[in-house]
Amino acid sequence: MKEEQDPRFQVAKREAWIGVGLVLFNFLWWFGFAYGFGSFPVEDYQYIFGMPAWFFYSCVVGSIVMIVLVIIVVKFFFKEVPFTKEERDEK
Amino acid sequence: MNWGVVIPLLLFLVAVFGIGFWSSRKITTKRNFLEEYFLGSRELGGLILAMTMIATYGSASSFIGGPGAAYSEGLGWVLLAMTQVATGYFVLMILGKKFAIKAREYKAVTLVDYLKGRYESKSVVLFSAISIIIFLFSAMAAQWVGGARLIESVTGLSYTASLFIFTMAVLVYVIIGGFRAVAVTDTLQGIVMFVGTLIILVGTIIAGGGLTNMMTELVNENPNLVTPFGHDGNLTPLFVSSFWILVGVGVVGLPQVAVRAMSYKDARSMHRALIIGTIVVAFMMFGMHFVGVLARPILPGIEVADTVMPRLTMEVLPNWLAGIVLAAPMAAIMSTVDSILLLISSTVVKDVYLNYVDPKATKERVKKVSYGLTAVLGIGVFAMALQPPDLLIWLNLFAFGGLESAFIWPIVLGLYWSKGNKYGALASIIVGVVSYSLIHNFWPNPFGAHTVVLPVVLSLFAYMIGSKMYLRR
Repeated sequence: MKEEQDPRFQVAKREAWIGVGLVLFNFLWWFGFAYGFGSFPVEDYQYIFGMPAWFFYSCVVGSIVMIVLVIIVVKFFFKEVPFTKEERDEK
Repeated sequence: MNWGVVIPLLLFLVAVFGIGFWSSRKITTKRNFLEEYFLGSRELGGLILAMTMIATYGSASSFIGGPGAAYSEGLGWVLLAMTQVATGYFVLMILGKKFAIKAREYKAVTLVDYLKGRYESKSVVLFSAISIIIFLFSAMAAQWVGGARLIESVTGLSYTASLFIFTMAVLVYVIIGGFRAVAVTDTLQGIVMFVGTLIILVGTIIAGGGLTNMMTELVNENPNLVTPFGHDGNLTPLFVSSFWILVGVGVVGLPQVAVRAMSYKDARSMHRALIIGTIVVAFMMFGMHFVGVLARPILPGIEVADTVMPRLTMEVLPNWLAGIVLAAPMAAIMSTVDSILLLISSTVVKDVYLNYVDPKATKERVKKVSYGLTAVLGIGVFAMALQPPDLLIWLNLFAFGGLESAFIWPIVLGLYWSKGNKYGALASIIVGVVSYSLIHNFWPNPFGAHTVVLPVVLSLFAYMIGSKMYLRR
């Protein structure tokens, strides 16, 4: 059970869960806006910058939100760990 | 021959060769040939890592097939394509640092090496090596055909001559340069793809008289084109959502992508790759597919969907710019086949030859076998692509879904579930491949979801049951 205690793997495990969380959020945002706004009759569609609202929020804003989230998560929650023994000795 | 278009393509090929030669010099200076040739000595930085992952994954379908489908289906297909944004961050976050550390511990150079280190089982090695060789060889041959067709349509040469040019172009830099050449050319190719997307997107919107105008024309033609449901309402939310598994999270199980997750230098490269990768993949997938929809008001009534991109490019852009944009699908195809070619040859050399044929081969011998085998494989693909047999097309159709169902759980649960063992892994690989081929042929899209969903679920159960049953004994 030595492997479980390696602090590097604790970091890795946490970051993998963050990945799962991000993907779930990504899916909900994508699905919610696309089928929430997209299910109205076409005559009632609103347009933003020339794109239907469902498309603008789900595909355009959704991508930007995900990019910003990835940047935040990587900058503030991801930890740098050494991959090899030599690298660990250097620090 | 249209020289305005051909010259940028030629320049692009020259640059690719240059990188091949530069990388081949690196090989002679590195001590460990196998690790350098098949993995670039695990030295990839953030930009190269991000680009090689995207370029390997984004194949002909992103630049030719995808926009063609978007042309026919409307904005609903762009929505479907956006499920791929997840690949930009998900693969690296899930495999992440643990995969990189473990791969170094096992001294793994291939995905099969990793499985061998984790499960210590001959049958797992054999089954995974065989599925990789068969599936990826077919997937590669199909891309080869696509590459030749593209050269054929741009230059007007015969199919055989185009195929020959394509084969030579890819083989030279892959054989002499190895993984480093593949990864660095992938970066160049990724940049070409990114810039090409930007140019064609802007060019199309200008040519169509602005988005508002183009949307009105789409609504006038068929209002369904601007809904998420496809041109005749056939894209159900369940079907589109199931692409989250096929082209989103399932990509973790693709060997050619997973192997890149053991090639980077340090945690900092990975962090940078996460950010760059997400930005680039989001922009490229959105841009290319959106352009496909916008092509409709400009060029109505195109019958063959695959010709939408080349024709649109020639229509809205001046010649020399069209050459740059058409280099993008070329780049996409090349960057996919180079990685797969090297992956198959590494699987044969490292996992079959060194494990079972000649474990005590000298360094020089391994070198010769690696170069020779990569060449033989390339020539073999050439021969197959000359007259693709039906079996090949059939295999290629389920190569990606099949590989994903086979490998996703042995990789992911192998990393994070300490109770997972070789019985689970073996069961998972077999159930994944078998159930995928059966469902693909006899019960496509069960319950309205894409074929890949059920096999991925089944192979998860196989992995857990297989692992648990052994524990009880």
